[in-house]
Amino acid sequence: MADVTAPGFVPEARQETLTTADGTPLKVSLRRSQRRQRRRAFYLVAPLLFFLLITFGWPIAQMTFRSIYNPEVANYLPETSAAIANWTADEVPGEEVFAAMARDMQLGLEDRTIGRAAARINREIPGARSLVMGTARDLDEMQAPYREAFLQADEDWADLEFWRLIKRETRILTPAYYLLALDFEYNAEGEIVERPEVYQVYRLLFWRTAWMSLAITGLCIALGYPIAHLLATLPLRTSNLLMILVLLPFWTSLLVRTSAWIVLLQQEGVINDLLVWSNIVDDDGRVRMIYNQIGTIVAMTHILLPFMILPLYSVMKTIPPSYMRAARSLGATQFTAFTKVYMPLTLPGLAAGVLLVFILAIGYYITPALVGGESGIFISNLIAQNMQGTSAQLKLASALATILLVAVLVLYWAFNKLIGVDRLKFG
Amino acid sequence: MKRIPFLLAATALIPAAALAAEGDTLTIVSWGGAYTNSQVKAYHEPYSEKTGTQIFNEDKSANALAGIRSQVEAGNVTWDVVDMLQADAQRACDEGLVMEIPHDEWLAESPDGAAPTEDFIEGTLGPCFIPQILYATMFAYNTEAFDGEGPKTLEDVWDLEKFPGTRALQKIPQKNLEWALIADGVAPEEVYDVLETREGQDRAFAKLDEIKDSVIWWSEGAQPPQMLADEEAVIATAYNGRIFNAQVNEDQPFEIIWDHQMFEVDGWVVPVDQNEADLELIKDYLYFATDTQRLADQAKYISYGPARKSSAPLVSTHEETGVDMKPHMPTSPENLETAVSFNTEFWADYGDQLEERFNAWLAQ
Repeated sequence: MADVTAPGFVPEARQETLTTADGTPLKVSLRRSQRRQRRRAFYLVAPLLFFLLITFGWPIAQMTFRSIYNPEVANYLPETSAAIANWTADEVPGEEVFAAMARDMQLGLEDRTIGRAAARINREIPGARSLVMGTARDLDEMQAPYREAFLQADEDWADLEFWRLIKRETRILTPAYYLLALDFEYNAEGEIVERPEVYQVYRLLFWRTAWMSLAITGLCIALGYPIAHLLATLPLRTSNLLMILVLLPFWTSLLVRTSAWIVLLQQEGVINDLLVWSNIVDDDGRVRMIYNQIGTIVAMTHILLPFMILPLYSVMKTIPPSYMRAARSLGATQFTAFTKVYMPLTLPGLAAGVLLVFILAIGYYITPALVGGESGIFISNLIAQNMQGTSAQLKLASALATILLVAVLVLYWAFNKLIGVDRLKFG
Repeated sequence: MKRIPFLLAATALIPAAALAAEGDTLTIVSWGGAYTNSQVKAYHEPYSEKTGTQIFNEDKSANALAGIRSQVEAGNVTWDVVDMLQADAQRACDEGLVMEIPHDEWLAESPDGAAPTEDFIEGTLGPCFIPQILYATMFAYNTEAFDGEGPKTLEDVWDLEKFPGTRALQKIPQKNLEWALIADGVAPEEVYDVLETREGQDRAFAKLDEIKDSVIWWSEGAQPPQMLADEEAVIATAYNGRIFNAQVNEDQPFEIIWDHQMFEVDGWVVPVDQNEADLELIKDYLYFATDTQRLADQAKYISYGPARKSSAPLVSTHEETGVDMKPHMPTSPENLETAVSFNTEFWADYGDQLEERFNAWLAQ
């Protein structure tokens, strides 16, 4: 949009009421016509905006909301939630709480929702499911006072930890899934503590995802830079051929390329066979190169390499060879000319490549799942794991995914501060 | 993350919607491979022939509970009948995700007139669950992988010196932890009491640690026979029907170790929120597919024991090769000698916790 105080427009100080033929001030009329233009432009992009909002914005908002939404206890045990609000948490609750629990169970049995509350509680206290379900099934044989009846049916109803958990879980919004996602939890007293070591896994996985993505990015630079340089400087016929060699794998399906690496790297695979055949290793000492971190790094470096080469190539192509020659003729060594003249000029491409490769890498799923075994998987594989299986924890998966998203945004922000995204050249 | 179940649901809808005009369709979720095959032969094909109903198979049973949960939560249920383990079915039932089933009203009587609730083997029926088969999970090995005697017992599986090579285990804590404890000397009848305690859990994981470096993990029932055939693994846990299929239909040199097999029940559930027309069709299908003859027919294709008592005498020989099925059944007496009964209640209570620990243990 053009600025209202464009050159040629007379400043207000000198000429106050410049008007159009029908008497409206020129400024107003101009703004009106521009607004119309702006609106028309907006209508043009509106379908795309709407599409993005529906397919991108809304699901992400949903996901983020899910990671803190905790309705099970409050919704499926409403009376208990209300009754327990005044409980002081230092002795077994009184009859009013037990009676409320009995009424909730009655309703929950009719609606068949009692199991949902029980499943939520059971996640924190194993065995609570059968406690709640077992008593609920016998409910029609019980009579008030329910406190005694429940305690008689199962002494676990006197467990203070159980009631404290119920009280804590009545909150509709909870940070519990974020705590889990960072290997913390609430203890019986409601304080936030580190989880027992045998359950800790997510921080390790975030850390592993980060360093392996960095390693992959580093390898991509080391391998991609010389290739891009060759592509940009070789005579056209040779460089075209080379370009096809770069693009062909780029166009090949991700799954095909990953499976090809399985064929090459596995213990009965091509590389091991060659090693055995040439007597470098013996048949029992076949090297394990896949289903671990090496497998993930090798396969992902190969798959992400074009994302490094292409932006580098597009930048290198624009650097006139005469710059290097000028530097040499002014007395610089080859090395100085390269580091002082050529390298800085390729930085926008390099930075674009690094950003692309690194951000693609930390969200990678298929390749680590296929060649990573157990030690080479990424955080995205654990997110998927939490969406499947018998004890799927969609909310934990949402929390993990939200953390990953925020981490990427922070990285992008930092990158922008350091290098400036507008200076990047993506090809 | 929200988009994935949504997309799955959407893709599941497309064939259903496209074909709805041509006639009745059913979307049936099962385990894939040789198992789905046996269902197609014994249930689906005769049913389609009789009624013209078109049946779509989805091989999603390994994630059935999560799938039903997200479909019910999203208010978009596309699965009509789902094949599920008894333990998962109980949880789905408690959470109100699957319909309660009046067995005597929905299902066929036995040929001699016994009500379904009498005819199904005791303890297999659930309030939302119609059992089909009893199956075993146990170890099996490739006889070509060992020169002399093959492994015979659970202890042999842990013996990496006597029987070197990769083991393939299912990527779930269930059964692996029980076997680890038994291999460590816990009496089978005490396994679940021990596994309830923190010390018992530590002990089971420590025992698994002994072989962890030699283990690869499988998640679909079709994988272990493949892994054994490729010699990617020399010993694998597997469903007994899959090994049977490889032995009989593919002539693989596999041997089953029946020692401490764990047997379980598998069967049908119906997700909630079905519309009336669909429900009529589902009921009609289930009436047909769970009668005495159909359950016995399935045993012609795969070595799983039918869940109806009246089906047992009808089990005869394998349809294609004529092999006598009885010695291959997990329920045949000599295979049952040291069998461990899988405790669904225990896993409903401790499954979440142990699965979390198992996944953390795997990734560490």
